[in-house]
Order: sequence, then C-alpha cells, then structure tokens
Amino acid sequence: MSLLDVVGPVMVGPSSSHTLGALRIARFAYKFIGEMPESVNFVLHGSFAETWKGHGTDKALLAGIMGMHPWDERIREAYIIAKNSGLKYKFTFEDLGEVHPNTVLIDAAKNSKTYRIMGSSIGGGEIRIIMINNVSCEISWEYNTMLTVIRDVPGALERILRNLTVNISNLYLRRTNALGKIATVIIETDEEIPPDDRKKISENPCVMDCYYVRRD
Amino acid sequence: MRFSDFIKNCERNEVSLPEAILRAEMEETGVPKEKLKDSIAKVFEIMMKEVESKYGKKQRTLTGMTGFNGYIMSQHIPRMIGEFNHIAMVAALSMAESNAAMGRIVACPTAGACGVIPGVFFALKKVKNASQKELLVDFIVAGGIGWIISRNATLSGAEGGCQAEIGAAAAMAAGALTYHFSGDAEKCGHAAALTLKSMMGLVCDPVGGFVEVPCVKRNGIATQIAIGAAEMALGGVGSVIPFDEVVDAMRRVGRSLPESLRETGRGGIAVTPTARKIVEKVKSNNI
Ligand code: SF4
Repeated sequence: MSLLDVVGPVMVGPSSSHTLGALRIARFAYKFIGEMPESVNFVLHGSFAETWKGHGTDKALLAGIMGMHPWDERIREAYIIAKNSGLKYKFTFEDLGEVHPNTVLIDAAKNSKTYRIMGSSIGGGEIRIIMINNVSCEISWEYNTMLTVIRDVPGALERILRNLTVNISNLYLRRTNALGKIATVIIETDEEIPPDDRKKISENPCVMDCYYVRRD
Repeated sequence: MRFSDFIKNCERNEVSLPEAILRAEMEETGVPKEKLKDSIAKVFEIMMKEVESKYGKKQRTLTGMTGFNGYIMSQHIPRMIGEFNHIAMVAALSMAESNAAMGRIVACPTAGACGVIPGVFFALKKVKNASQKELLVDFIVAGGIGWIISRNATLSGAEGGCQAEIGAAAAMAAGALTYHFSGDAEKCGHAAALTLKSMMGLVCDPVGGFVEVPCVKRNGIATQIAIGAAEMALGGVGSVIPFDEVVDAMRRVGRSLPESLRETGRGGIAVTPTARKIVEKVKSNNI
C-alpha cells in the first residue's frame, strides 16, 4: 500500500468493495469491449446479490459499463443515464459457484458480438477478473493487459512475443479448447503496449482475436 | 517501516515529520517527491472542496437510515463542546452521510471512515484559519500514520474490525492535529497511540451490511476522541506504550476478532432486534 492508497482514492461511496470494486469490474468490461454495449445482463452472486441496492452496486455496475470513472457523481443517476443512452440492462441473481462472495458475471452484446466477463471485488476497491469469454484467468488490472486468442500451434506464442517491444510483467498461456486447438494468452505489462505492436500481433495469422485494456 | 524509523530519520537528517514521510515513500516507490506531493495535494483539495459543499446539508442516503444527522447537529447550539469540536463533528457526520448518499468522497483511509479526517481539517480551516499550505503538510502526517498502520496491521474492517477503519482514521487525525499545533513528531506518535488505545477492539458491525449505522455517527464521535487525544499529547501527556507497539497490539486484536465482528453484519449491533426489524424493512422496500 502506498501513501496515496492510504489517503485515497477519490471515489463515490458508500463502499470500496461493493461500489468501487463493482464499478471497476464493469469498467474493465467496458474497456474490453471498447465501447458501451447495446445490452447487458449483470448476474449477481453472494453478497453482491444480497446487498446490491443498499450499496449502490447496481448503479456502480451500470456506471462502469457506460465507462464512467469511480469519482463521477453522475453514478447516482446511472439508471436515468442508461435509459437515455439506450442501453438495455438487466440484473439477475444466481449462485455462480465457488467464487468470492462479491462476484458478478457480465453478459454483454455489441455489434452482434457477445462478451462474457466475470469479476470479483476482493476488498479495498481491488478486483480480479476471473473469466473472459469462458476462459478462466486472473487479471488484477494493475497492469496494461493484452488478451489474445490464438491457434494452439507450435511457435504461436513466440510469434506474439517477437512483436512486443516492451517488457512483460506477467504472462499466462492456457489451452482453452483442445479439440479446436485454441489457446488464450494474457500478457500484463507496466509500460503501454504501442499500437504498432498490437497491430502486428493482431495481423498474425495464428491470432484470432486480440484485446487490449489499458491500466486505469 | 515503523513510526520509530520516521522519528530516527527526523533526528538524523534534521527534517520535519512530513518530510521524513515523503522521503520514505519516495525511497520505496521511486516516485519523485514533488510529484508525490502534487498527487497528495490534488486529493486533499478535492476532500476540502467536498466537505465545504456538504457541510451541514441533508442528504438522501441509499437506505434512509441516516442522511440528516449532519444537518441536525449543524442546527444545534452546543452546550458543552466548543466551536472547534462542533465543526469537526458536523463535518465528519456530513461527509460520512455524503458517502452513504453516493456522493464523492476521499477514502482516507477507507470509504466507511471517510468523515473523521475532513472533519478535523475543516475545523482547523474554519476556526484556526489554517492555510491550505499548512493543512497539506498536516495531511501528509495523517497519511504517514495511516501508512504505518497499513504496513504493520491493516486498514480494512473486514480484516481487523472498525478499530482498523475509524480507529485508524482517528489516530491519523490526532497525529495531524498535534503536528499542526506543535510540529513535534514524538508528540504526534503519542497522540496517535492514545487514540488507537481508546478505540482498540472496536468491532465492525454495520446494520444490514450497509455503511450507515453505526458508521456515520461513529465518524462524528471519533473526531472528538482524536481532538481529545491530540490535546493531551500537546499538553505533555504521553502514551506509556509507544505507537508502534500499540499498532502491533491492534493487529493481534484484529486477528482474534471473530468473523461475525468483521464487516459481515452478523454480530454486534447488527443483530439487535431493532437492527433486524430495520433490515427487514429496508429489504422489503427492495433496497
Ligand atoms: S463499522 Fe465497519 S463498515 Fe462501518 S465504518 Fe466501521 S469498519 Fe467500516
């Protein structure tokens, strides 16, 4: 914890775990999709499902998926803003299994593409993104994060790394579909990954999808 | 890093306590001192702006359990306490209620305990005419004390109970007040220790799990403990147990608190008959 974490952050209340953390998970989803989705379903689990309105978790999630910052006082009016901007939203409740009590699953759609992102708010506003499009992961969003879906063939990873000009902080590779020979690579970096690197990586024939979420 | 290290640095390098705190942070993170100071100043300005605009206002909180206490107290002419304590109390209540109303706050050190520090700082500004520059230095002292608690214990109610949130906030406030009037690093340690000892064991028992009852009023009352402890330290009353050892004790106490008394809303006042009735009502209103 740095001095700035002690005397901050600036945020909209009431709770760092149920408001700030929830907003950050949805904001990650917003950044991942690249823009506000057309429709979204928030599946609330555990403590999120129990105390959602009293903590403003619902408003925080809506605000986050619309790309608002944690300190934006319009979060209070998130329902009205969502309606005015044409966002279709829904809240449902489900037991999502052996996950942290403050967990939400976000099902969103944009341009006939669907996105499925699950995240947990683990305290003090910190989050873990634990699943993206059915691939389990563990992203803290304390770094710039690049997620690529690749064909699981020899040398594929090497071809991605070859195009990276910045230092890597963390790297995960997971085979996600053995039959379809698909794997997911998550790369976390301290420095910004230059657009040129990203362009080269996504043009690579073994790369099927490439997403980049800048650290907030 | 311990508080005694700060003191040693102050003596060895002949620097003030806030300077020693900034240097320690700089050594760890590598962020240049001026940049760090600027970032802290930004947070501080937002905090002061918010307390100025929310002071004594009625606010609509999420559950309606609180939201009017800052206003009520601002209308009350105090019978016992002076202007300084009164303003600190009203400001703390107002900020804690702003938090519950989804207003903008500075989580210093946490959202639930966000009223105590702006409370005493607003009193310094209004009653003692302290300048923004002086206050910023005091704010760094508050940060340094919180930093020591976060390193050697915790600032999370879920981990250590409310002693770690409002207790820590009050210790930070007491240190800042003491620094403001004396500039004496050792006295700051005494003030923080006296405060933390008075709040040791304080449990986290929010009704329904919502950050309103007892959190809001606890913020208001904590300013009074902080002011009392700072006044004692300024008068020369010391803590027999040094601040660092009090923090260690607080960590151990936090560990021995059962889960029901750590933010789960399953112990303390959260399970009283009245609390249960209120929670039922709040939930049936679909809140
Ligand atoms: S009672 Fe719990 S939730 Fe309320 S301020 Fe204290 S630690 Fe935070």
